[in-house]
Amino acid sequence: MGAAALRALPWALLLLLGPLLPGQRLQADATRVSEPTWEQPWGEPGGITAAPLATAQEVHPLNKQHHNHSAEGHPKPRKAFPVLGIDYSHVRIPFEISLWILLACLMKMGFHVMSSVSKVVPESCLLIVVGLLVGGLIKAVGEKPPILKSDIFFLFLLPPIILDAGYFLPLRQFTENLGTILIFAVVGTLWNAFFLGGLMYAVCQIGGSGLNHIGLLANLLFGSIISAVDPVAVPAVFEEIHINELLHILVFGESLLNDAVTVVLYHLFEEFANFEQVTIIDMVLGFLSFFVASLGGVFVGVIYGLIAAFTSRFTSNIRVIEPLFVFLYSYMAYLSAEIFHLSGIMALIASGVVMRPYVEANISHKSHTTIKYFLKMWSSVSETLIFIFPGVSTVAGQHYWNWTFVISTLLFCLIARVLGVLVLTWFINKFRIVKLTPKDQFIIAYGGLRGAIAFSLCYLLDYEHFNMRDMFLTAIITVIFFTVFVQGMTIRPLVDLLAVKKKQETKRSINEEIHTQFLDHLLTGIEDICGHYGHHHWKDKLNRFNKKYVKKCLIAGERSKEPQLIAFYHKMEMKQAIELVESGGLGKIPSTISAVSIQNISPKTLPDSNALSALSKDKEDEIRKILRSNLQKTRQRLRSYNWHTLVADPYEDVWNQMLMKRQKMQQAELQLQNAYLTVPANRIDSPTMSRARIGSDPLAYEPKPDSENLPIITIDPASPQSPESMDLSNEVPKGCGGLPPSPEEDEEGLVMRPKEPSSPGTDDVFTPGTSDSPSSQRMLRCLSDPGPRQEPEEGEPFIPKGQ
Amino acid sequence: MGSAQSVPPEMRALAERTGFTSEQIEQLHRRFKQLNHNRKTIRKEDFDTIPDLEFNPIRARIVHAFFDKRNLRKAPAGLAEEINFEDFLTIMSYFRPIEMDMDEERLESFRKEKLKFLFHMYDADYDGIITLQEYKNVLDELMSGNPHLEKESLRAIAEGAMLEAASACMARTGPDEVYEGITFEDFLKVWKGIDIETKMHVRFLTMEAIAHCY
Repeated sequence: MGAAALRALPWALLLLLGPLLPGQRLQADATRVSEPTWEQPWGEPGGITAAPLATAQEVHPLNKQHHNHSAEGHPKPRKAFPVLGIDYSHVRIPFEISLWILLACLMKMGFHVMSSVSKVVPESCLLIVVGLLVGGLIKAVGEKPPILKSDIFFLFLLPPIILDAGYFLPLRQFTENLGTILIFAVVGTLWNAFFLGGLMYAVCQIGGSGLNHIGLLANLLFGSIISAVDPVAVPAVFEEIHINELLHILVFGESLLNDAVTVVLYHLFEEFANFEQVTIIDMVLGFLSFFVASLGGVFVGVIYGLIAAFTSRFTSNIRVIEPLFVFLYSYMAYLSAEIFHLSGIMALIASGVVMRPYVEANISHKSHTTIKYFLKMWSSVSETLIFIFPGVSTVAGQHYWNWTFVISTLLFCLIARVLGVLVLTWFINKFRIVKLTPKDQFIIAYGGLRGAIAFSLCYLLDYEHFNMRDMFLTAIITVIFFTVFVQGMTIRPLVDLLAVKKKQETKRSINEEIHTQFLDHLLTGIEDICGHYGHHHWKDKLNRFNKKYVKKCLIAGERSKEPQLIAFYHKMEMKQAIELVESGGLGKIPSTISAVSIQNISPKTLPDSNALSALSKDKEDEIRKILRSNLQKTRQRLRSYNWHTLVADPYEDVWNQMLMKRQKMQQAELQLQNAYLTVPANRIDSPTMSRARIGSDPLAYEPKPDSENLPIITIDPASPQSPESMDLSNEVPKGCGGLPPSPEEDEEGLVMRPKEPSSPGTDDVFTPGTSDSPSSQRMLRCLSDPGPRQEPEEGEPFIPKGQ
Repeated sequence: MGSAQSVPPEMRALAERTGFTSEQIEQLHRRFKQLNHNRKTIRKEDFDTIPDLEFNPIRARIVHAFFDKRNLRKAPAGLAEEINFEDFLTIMSYFRPIEMDMDEERLESFRKEKLKFLFHMYDADYDGIITLQEYKNVLDELMSGNPHLEKESLRAIAEGAMLEAASACMARTGPDEVYEGITFEDFLKVWKGIDIETKMHVRFLTMEAIAHCY
């Protein structure tokens, strides 16, 4: 029922669109208003007006009309004050843009509701179909559908997608396969372009009168436009089929990196078309320009990435705008590269890749989430719009259908791709350890989808020099439709049929991380022993350089010294703690660790039940006093937060409590002995929790309300890592990823890093606590083992034997 | 070619046993001679002459692994004093890349061998089980390049990792059952997700850049 309503909604919206457009005619008293609106804000007169030129003429009379209209308004007789009026024209543009984006999102939503269809047909196909329908509808109403201008595409729609791809690029696999990817991207694209261009030229010569006038250069240009695997279409399809990581990164990486080649070839042939003659020097220069474009793009990206990393080092006081830095610097990198006709996409990717490790170490958790979700959101919307527009433009644009040209284009595209992949793989496999099997090759060849970039590049073509532009356009649209529809739809069953290895869905565990690092070091060592300066050797050198110099500059404070393993562990713990909070509280343990507890893995932890004796009365009282005083102090501190220091602080506060809670409960649960003092089995109500609850009241965070708030002394003497011992030593929660307290070792117990004073302003998760009064130190000693002790110390009864 | 010593007659046998080609064996032999300064065998101290190895945090373990009798397939426990070229090759053969023409069975045994090598590196006391303490030692070594680290964090990580491994390997545990440590089967399970055969290899193909020893 709801689904049907949802399905109806987009169509209702379309119907709204329809009458709205004719409504304009009544208001502005002009004809054909709809299409100038798309052109007006961006359509500077000499600019790249891709839309049919005729409309340019219409803009002017319209303006004049407006002027006349307003000029005439003056001598009108006075009328009554309008209580309610309609003035659509001044919100028209934002209104229509929003309407389009809204439509796109509703479409997306609709597809996911209709799950039966979306299983078979990839989303991109559906979107193109929707675009066709919408275009058809608008045309049927009698308006001219808006046409996607290349400027909008390249400046606004493409960057979010590329940034999303580059920022979240799985760097490890990418660098491991970089050689292969580069060869596919560069050599493969060149091969495709020239092969296709050459063959099409041959076809044109043979093909009859309609085609004879198309020269070699034009054909080469056409070849270069259409040969590039599309970085929008490929991820859109590949995301849904969950193919194994190697293949995914190969095709995906190729689609990203071939932009340099495309840009160079495109400009090259475009320029050459203006020349009378092409000399060898021009060709050499063209060859050089390829290096300039790609390396220059990367260089620009790296510069911006480093600047962004450096900036993020100082943002600890204004966490709110951290995501903006990431976005703006990357976008600037893209635009700067485009100024010089360098490859903007490579700049974007390079900046994302470079800035990411440093920025992530510097920014807060919330900013990280923001960046991730904003990027995903924007790229999703962009992608949707990008797919809708070819559909619309197909209906709207002028076409020139030439059977020979189109069919041969399609055919040769496929042939070129297959041949290219085969030859290159044969060549590459000589150097690869993990060879590419024929199955892999098939998927790579089949996954070479073309998309909207080719489409927009064609729109950019100048009519003067390329009067066969419409024919090119038609051919490109056909190829795009074919690859997206046929290949996109059939790749999923083919993957299943060929039993291609799928992506393993396992989450990265801490074990894997440890083993991977171990293996890295091992292999580096073996390489050194062999005397072979291989892959690992250089990677290790780079890492050392990074650690020694670069990280110190770009990462704020103490985090620069944090090794990767620790950071990973923190992230994991954080995630689990968040899960715990979201899943509703203290009673549950994440299922991964439910069956086993610390007791099981360290047999020495079996506590000696006989050694337990009650805490003496005054010790109890002392404990109570200290807990109460801590509680009050913390309550005051929490209240002092203001808007600028971010509400995130106490929330992360609580997360850390949760982290520690979880660890404690791992140990506390399934224990044999009960505490002498009250221990509610599942809900250890430590003052920390209550403190968090009470203290965060003003900020309206509501953790589980299921416990009394005055501290019940719930000390579990069976485990030295009692809940209380750690709480006493710090009022500000420690961001230590749930370390079990072992105060014997250090004075403070849980400090992860050298002590730093924590101010309320810093939204730093890893603030260590401040050492407390001597009484609490004594308390620590009391509750746990007396004095420092060597490992293994867990599991020792907290009251030492003999007392 | 520079090695006029014992290589040629045994070459074929060696090649068969370890799976290297004769060129690779020759190159490795050259390296062997560089390391042992023209004596017949290598001792532990000889590994100290490799400059790049200094930065490696698990250097001691790697060297240890070369002399581990289990890896040399000589005995179930213990350390050898010195190794000859054949032993050297044996150890190196653990790092051969897989070939495309290997069948399933060979691939499986190959994989197991590599994992066994790794297992022996973790399990320092030859009892066939990686206990929590041994795991912690591994972590300590891994992180030895970071003097600022507190021991607490490492302990927590080791415990967390063991918990993970334990929960993956033991279906249901009562509170008083003790999980001794990671056995080889459990180890295999942990590594199931990672394609060890594709990762654990060194390119023996091109070794033009031979590093110098002191």
